[in-house]
Amino acid sequence: MIPTSHALVLAALLFALGVIGFLRQRNVIMLLMCVELMLNSANLVFLAAARAHGKVDGVMMPLFLVVVAAAEAAVGLALVITLFRKRGSLDIEDFKGLRG
Amino acid sequence: MEAPWLWLITLLPFLGAAVNGLLHARVLLARAAGVADDPAGERLVAWIGTLAVAVPFALSVLAFVRLQGMEPDARLLTASLGDWIHSGTLRVGWALAIDPLNSVLLLVVTGVGALIHVYSAGYMHGDPGYRRYFAYLNLFVGMMLMLVASDSLLGLFLGWEGVGLCSYLLIGFWYADGEKSDAARKAFLVNRIGDFGFLIGGFLLFWGDAGTLQLDGLNAAASAGTIDPGTLRLAALFLFLGCCGKSAQIPLYVWLPDAMAGPTPVSALIHAATMVTAGIYLVARLGVLFAVSGILPVIAIVGALTALFAATIGLAQRDIKKVLAYSTVSQLGYMFLGLGVGAYSAAVFHLVTHAFFKALLFLGAGSVIHAMHHRQDMLEMGGLRSRIPTTYRTMLVGALALAGVPLLSGFFSKDEILFLAASGDTAPWLLYLMGLGGAALTAVYTGRLLALTFFGKPRFDEAEVHVHESPRSMTVPLQVLAVLSVAGGLLGIPFVMHPLATWLEPVVGEATAIARGAEHHGSHALEIALLIVGGAVGIGGLVFGLRRWQGDPAAEKARMDRLEGIWRPLANAWFVDQAYERVLLAPLRGLRALCAGFDVFVIDGAVNAAAGAGRAIGERVRKVQSGATSEYALWFGLGAALLLLIFWIGGTP
Repeated sequence: MIPTSHALVLAALLFALGVIGFLRQRNVIMLLMCVELMLNSANLVFLAAARAHGKVDGVMMPLFLVVVAAAEAAVGLALVITLFRKRGSLDIEDFKGLRG
Repeated sequence: MEAPWLWLITLLPFLGAAVNGLLHARVLLARAAGVADDPAGERLVAWIGTLAVAVPFALSVLAFVRLQGMEPDARLLTASLGDWIHSGTLRVGWALAIDPLNSVLLLVVTGVGALIHVYSAGYMHGDPGYRRYFAYLNLFVGMMLMLVASDSLLGLFLGWEGVGLCSYLLIGFWYADGEKSDAARKAFLVNRIGDFGFLIGGFLLFWGDAGTLQLDGLNAAASAGTIDPGTLRLAALFLFLGCCGKSAQIPLYVWLPDAMAGPTPVSALIHAATMVTAGIYLVARLGVLFAVSGILPVIAIVGALTALFAATIGLAQRDIKKVLAYSTVSQLGYMFLGLGVGAYSAAVFHLVTHAFFKALLFLGAGSVIHAMHHRQDMLEMGGLRSRIPTTYRTMLVGALALAGVPLLSGFFSKDEILFLAASGDTAPWLLYLMGLGGAALTAVYTGRLLALTFFGKPRFDEAEVHVHESPRSMTVPLQVLAVLSVAGGLLGIPFVMHPLATWLEPVVGEATAIARGAEHHGSHALEIALLIVGGAVGIGGLVFGLRRWQGDPAAEKARMDRLEGIWRPLANAWFVDQAYERVLLAPLRGLRALCAGFDVFVIDGAVNAAAGAGRAIGERVRKVQSGATSEYALWFGLGAALLLLIFWIGGTP
């Protein structure tokens, strides 16, 4: 059996990948992807914990998260499309309208 | 006896004020739309205004007749509209109570008031504020009737403040003139000092175990001795301060001469016949309370001082209205002198006769001013006798009454006060001599007024000033008042008849007995002697004044221009205004500057510093808000990491 620590290390790597990608990427779609990556790393932690403790709660949470992530992806992509139509660009550097 | 219709007496003038006020608003709207005033509208306004006072006069006569039909000790009409304030032991109702004392006041206020409304219809003809004027005048009469008719100290105070407000509005009636609006403010502010005293007095009485604000209840509590004597004395003094303000006594008389800035009928109604007598009414109303409190000597001394002091100033005024104003202050002093020696009904007697002849003199002066095209300087008049004969004849009657010429009303009322002062308990001869001196000066300045105004040759350019007699709406009230000024004496002729004193006896009898003792002071011989002296002084002073100033008006003009010797302080009213300016107002202005500085530099400074600090910090911190999403994410990530670190070090909560 794969030890729990392996799953946790994998989840940490995935999460770090998401964070670094979110900070470095400039394309808005890529940013969304990075957010998904971070979400799913969290799912992995839940599942690993559920298996380690032998409880079903940890399995329920990823199911909810998948649903939320689907909704989030739908709204996020709709925003991306509108953004592109309006501004003709998806470079995050072009959107600094909220600068103080 | 319940008589709900009494409320009509006080409410009709308010109704008239409301209607005329609305008519004024309509005219203002029409003017804004560019429509010229309808001259026929003035007649309607004058009718409404006059009827709103004339009908209450008729009702007051009715009330008087009703009272007369009752037993002397049971003469009381009441009208209650229910509770006004009911809180704990304090209970004040919307209630009127008419007894012999205020039935007389009701008759004077509505009667003289109605005459002055008629007069005003002519005097104010063509004024752009005609409707506003009548609205204010009606409002004043309503407030004055509230003051006189109320059964509680609080209701009286409501009217007291109301007449003060109307006085302010009417003195500053021509408010575009800065000097006049200043005079209005002065009257209001000086009266505030008095009103402060009134309030403190009322509070002291209520918490000083009187436990009521009903006027008869206060008298009863004082007479039963349930009020602590110290508290009672203090309360009475504070109430008297209120009277000094409203009735223009030393030290608060300074507003009344300035109040002459208002239209002349206003001076006649408010500043001679009615409002300024409110203080006398209050002391007479709470007669038992004042008598028990033991401050009557203070009242007598203040009154006598004022009577003498104001009369000296009247000698050296050029403005015909100013002479009458100082004369009013002086005559009010006589009334307080009367109250102070316990001669309550004599004081009310003088109040009534003074209302007649001083209203007459003011209205006459108004007629003179009208004829002279708004010139008020007596040094530029002269010889008006043949040119405005009706005004001359009626004013002569008023002047004779004021001077105290025998057989006219002023003679009887003033000499009764002087006799009772001479036979009183408080420094009788000193008070009498002060009063007599004031009476002599009164006769002299009255003669001077007549001489400068009516006699001699005209001292104005007759081609420029076309002198004309006033319209009938103005002369008829003068004639009526002239008749009253003569007949007013019938209210109390020594040894012959005392209808007024008999009428007031059930109300003021107890107070008089406490103040003067039960036994009758003063002998008949003394009274006759003093009457003869008083009459002689009146005639002598008047003749002296007439002869002296008729003879050489040019010298008088030179004297008034140069103001040498005694004339300078006299013409400047003993520099009291200037003294108040130095002693009271200058320090107050300094304090004001100090407060303003504190406000600007300390309070505003602190507020501005706080705002500035916030702005400066914001200016620095706003840089963080870069708008770059990845930067926010970085901060967010660092924050989350920091939280994790804290939990890791400190353990999960």
